[in-house]
Amino acid sequence: MWKWLHTYADPERAYKLSGTLLPWFACLAIAFIGLGTTWGLLFAPMDYQQGDSFRIIYIHVPAASMSMATYMAMASASFVGLVWQIKSADWAAAAIAPIGAIITFIALLTGAAWGKPMWGTWWVWDARLTSELVLLFLYLGVISLYASFEDKVLAARAAGILAIVGVINVPIIKYSVDWWSSLHQPSTIKITEKSTMTNEMIFPLLINMAGFGLMIGAITLVRYRAEILARNGMRPWVRELATAEEAK
Amino acid sequence: MKRGISYTAAFMTLLQRDLRIAIRHRGDIFNPLLFFILVVTLFPLGIGPEPQVLTRVAPGIIWVAALLASMLSLERLFKADFSDGTLEQMLLSPQPLSVLVLAKVLAHWILTGVPLILVAPLLAVLLHLDGNSYGALMATLALGTPVLSLLGAIGVALTVGLRKGGVLLSLLILPLYIPVLIFATSAIDAAGLNLAYDGQLAILAAMLVGSLILAPFAIGASLRVSTN
Repeated sequence: MWKWLHTYADPERAYKLSGTLLPWFACLAIAFIGLGTTWGLLFAPMDYQQGDSFRIIYIHVPAASMSMATYMAMASASFVGLVWQIKSADWAAAAIAPIGAIITFIALLTGAAWGKPMWGTWWVWDARLTSELVLLFLYLGVISLYASFEDKVLAARAAGILAIVGVINVPIIKYSVDWWSSLHQPSTIKITEKSTMTNEMIFPLLINMAGFGLMIGAITLVRYRAEILARNGMRPWVRELATAEEAK
Repeated sequence: MKRGISYTAAFMTLLQRDLRIAIRHRGDIFNPLLFFILVVTLFPLGIGPEPQVLTRVAPGIIWVAALLASMLSLERLFKADFSDGTLEQMLLSPQPLSVLVLAKVLAHWILTGVPLILVAPLLAVLLHLDGNSYGALMATLALGTPVLSLLGAIGVALTVGLRKGGVLLSLLILPLYIPVLIFATSAIDAAGLNLAYDGQLAILAAMLVGSLILAPFAIGASLRVSTN
């Protein structure tokens, strides 16, 4: 059943497939983020308590939720790489890590900018903020562990183990607002029951979340292609590619 | 398949070997302990000697110093065995690696964690820790320091083959230490206010059980990566 998937473990096919997918991801990401952000910032109704400053939600929430999703994507890729010894999965994990770190940083930064007018402080040491900060440290740990090995096959395995150990933090972030009494508000988007936001507010938010996901996908593909080329520099197909590029 | 000696015998042999080596190099036991005491001594000098202030920050200081001391002493956990080739022999032995690793971590905890727990009440007196908190301090250290050793050993195993492992090690394992720190200090604070703290202790115990079961496998896998 999964046989067809295995052919994409071949670096050349993975490179070509990510090249075909890249324009789709990029165009859809631009369209979704463009639509969601304009709708959210200009046309969504104002919050009756927070006024216009609630609109940072359209950047903050997608970044925060995608920071966790990106971590799970990286850890899953590492798991596939460790268990089935598929090197192209290791490269994917290495490609995702810095993007996840930046997205986490954006979530923390926009959260601080939102916290200042609403809570009167840039930062509080509560469960959700702290665990999101730990997530950033985990990303940085994975990145620097990957960077400090000369042999990139070993580097990917070591960083993969660390990434999998760090997965324990993701549910802690997700449920921190439900488990502990926190200054951070509980989640307003519910999958199984009715959300506590009006539709005009939530649709642009959902569109932006999808857009952020697509954008991360697009950037991952760019970095993934670069990673494949860097790790396969001695292969004939990469050399052909390079000579073809030079002839142009 | 015949495995030579039993798991228990292998575990005990390695434990005794590590303890004997450490007793012959006593500096390895005392240096992290001295570091722990020195770090704690620095805080009253840095933030001022008022007893009320010190009482408030004592749990945090003791625990942060314990984290740093544990991390510092962990660095040598696999280093000597890695450089003289003993580690590779352990990987090749018919006994499961997680059993051997657990013996090494236990030896490390006996040598660094237990002295730290024994000296902690003395430092707590110096920091004017609240009288009600001593029980909580000892209980959290007893439950928490083995977790530190187990989690830290994962990071050490990942970096043992690297030359510049030191700073990287702190980046890898301090984030993993944060939950232990949070629950331990909140238990001590609760005890100081005469509140129940068995909830925090239960979470620390759960962390200990969880890491006792899962960490040896992660350490073993990391060692296989590092020795390649």
